Amino acid sequence: MSASNENLVEVKDLVKHFPITRGIVFQKQIGAVKAVDGVSFEVRRGETLGIVGETGCGKSTTARLLVRLMDPTSGTILFEGDDIGERKKDGLKALHREVQMVFQDPYSSLNPRKTVGSIITEPFAIHGLFKGSGERRKRVQELMDRVGLNPEHYNRYPHEFSGGQRQRIGVARAIALEPKLLVADEPVSALDVSIQAQVLNLLRGLQREMGLTLVFIAHDLSVVRHMCDRVAVMYLGKIVEIAPSDALYSFPRHPYTGALLAAVPVASPTGGKRRQRALLTGDVPSPANPPQACRFHTRCPKAQELCSQEEPLLELKGTHNVTACHFPLTESEVRMRLPGALAEAASGNSRGEVAADQPSSSSST
Amino acid sequence: MSEPLLQVEDLKVRFSTEDGVVHAVDGISYSVDTGKTIGIVGESGSGKSVSSLTMLGLTRTQGANIEGRILFEGRDLVALPDSELRKIRGNEIAMIFQDPLSSLHPFYKVGAQLTEAVLTHRHVSKATARARAVELLELVGIPDPSRRVDQFPHEFSGGMRQRVMIAMALANEPRLLIADEPTTALDVTVQAQILALLDDLQSRLGMAIIVITHDLGVVAEITDEIAVMYAGRIVERAPTNAIFSTPQHPYTWGLLKSIPRLDSPRGEELVPISGRPPSLIKRPSGCHFHPRCPYVRDRHRKIDPRLEPVPGDEGHAVACLLPAELRGRIWRGLAAGETSATLRHLVVEEEQPVRAHAAPRVSEDGPE
Repeated sequence: MSASNENLVEVKDLVKHFPITRGIVFQKQIGAVKAVDGVSFEVRRGETLGIVGETGCGKSTTARLLVRLMDPTSGTILFEGDDIGERKKDGLKALHREVQMVFQDPYSSLNPRKTVGSIITEPFAIHGLFKGSGERRKRVQELMDRVGLNPEHYNRYPHEFSGGQRQRIGVARAIALEPKLLVADEPVSALDVSIQAQVLNLLRGLQREMGLTLVFIAHDLSVVRHMCDRVAVMYLGKIVEIAPSDALYSFPRHPYTGALLAAVPVASPTGGKRRQRALLTGDVPSPANPPQACRFHTRCPKAQELCSQEEPLLELKGTHNVTACHFPLTESEVRMRLPGALAEAASGNSRGEVAADQPSSSSST
Repeated sequence: MSEPLLQVEDLKVRFSTEDGVVHAVDGISYSVDTGKTIGIVGESGSGKSVSSLTMLGLTRTQGANIEGRILFEGRDLVALPDSELRKIRGNEIAMIFQDPLSSLHPFYKVGAQLTEAVLTHRHVSKATARARAVELLELVGIPDPSRRVDQFPHEFSGGMRQRVMIAMALANEPRLLIADEPTTALDVTVQAQILALLDDLQSRLGMAIIVITHDLGVVAEITDEIAVMYAGRIVERAPTNAIFSTPQHPYTWGLLKSIPRLDSPRGEELVPISGRPPSLIKRPSGCHFHPRCPYVRDRHRKIDPRLEPVPGDEGHAVACLLPAELRGRIWRGLAAGETSATLRHLVVEEEQPVRAHAAPRVSEDGPE
């Protein structure tokens, strides 16, 4: 098992369907919301894997499945080679020493009636670590110091802290057991702009110090690019593209990735007013009734007949990008769709890679 | 050029609470011309929303103490009685809000809500108003408007609901549209659609737009001018390009340096602004930004800076006590990748007696 040494987590064909029922007493299932519908990826030791996508694409469900806050409908999740998909009670408790989560909303994820000290102590209490209150208190204060909170605030309540500080409390609680994997679900999207960078820097610092593996989920593509080594793009419960950050942002191959990147407003003078962009039309279809074959074909500017008949497989297109698309974007299309600064980055950063990609993109013409 | 469409002069809004007086807006002035878009940028609690709610009289019932003038085509909206203001609100000045779901009534069909907006201000028949509703839905790019007009808000997606909100705001062809975080609740692809729509509608209908947001990217895309607010004041105001190319205020620098951008080199460290926004009840002395400013000098804690023009840069104003020439040097340093720690000596070196406590105070929320 040499692969499992490099990969901390391997996810294969993960599926989570939420039943839609009718009737109150005799509930009858009349359909299912296919939140996650056959997702496979791996998380390598020490890396940061980003998962991006729009509302309803299944990224948060994937996060919850990884931490086993939910039971998968089918598929396997290997953590250090062990299938954790079927674990119950004690098995789950053991898992949660290794896998922890930071939540999006720092207001609703902390118990308002407990002091910060007891919130951060709780993991120790659950797992019976550091018996003796003096020892625990010392540990908790070390943790508070580590995440940039004043250890003297041990006895304060969550409402006495600002949003950014609360998110630090959430991070302290998550790293208390020194987990191997930390799953962060939109950790900064509820925070003010000037505070976001503080929490992002904290996560990066902790990752370096503790050798954490991080799964970072966000809808903000700029933040994901900043944080992640590799990025998976999800659309309607499927991964459509997965690639190292540099490759994904400079030369996206899936038309959906291209459209997402083109839609990001750029805070720069050259980003410029009245930028003409290729915009996606329409909305994301319902995950209860996703389109046949390629799920993106209803909105895809490059869609052809094949796209509505045959589902494209996730496979290597070019040198770095694993993409599920029959007709991936070509270099000239990327230039056209990502004008200004992005096109510069595309031609600058990845010239070698683009050249190497040419032969294989013949299928797209 | 005659007088601007909207002119806000030294507007102050205060709320009395049990804990003390909240200085939500503390003397802001700006103006908007027809056909132009101004962006008001700030964090939560900077007073950006209160200032525009006040414009429509929406803070009156909350016991706000309002001073200053808001001149709209020569009429002072602050002094106008409620009955007069009601004729302007939704008619000549319209507003769209952040959350389209809670701004639409869930029990009424979209068409009914749109016709209400028309009938409130126009004496037309119901049939005419309904035709206008369909026309409006088409204007904002909703497919199949004659069918959609009879649907309920829950049958629309988030982006479509925001389009309905925009349609409702445009019902009476306002001359000023206030958009309060119009895209914050939306996904990035839908956000791009809505921004493009606002842009397109403005060029067709020629109205003025005030966009209120915390997102510098959004304002970069659609505004002509930007005002940056901090603790109830405008700390910097400039044409959009100047805000990004030659920003003058340390807070603006902080905002620009603390957001990751798609066009910056990957792996570049983010430089957060230390500390957090101040309480508007007990505001810091002197320059309100001084507890978080890396370039603070001793006297900045006592003197309150005023918004003053930047020499040699037309239309650019800043409220900062640092000399203009020094600000230029610091920003050029920051833009070249230097950090505030290495640039701080520029500020200290010229200070006569360097006192121990003049060093930047690391606030409790800071990363270090």
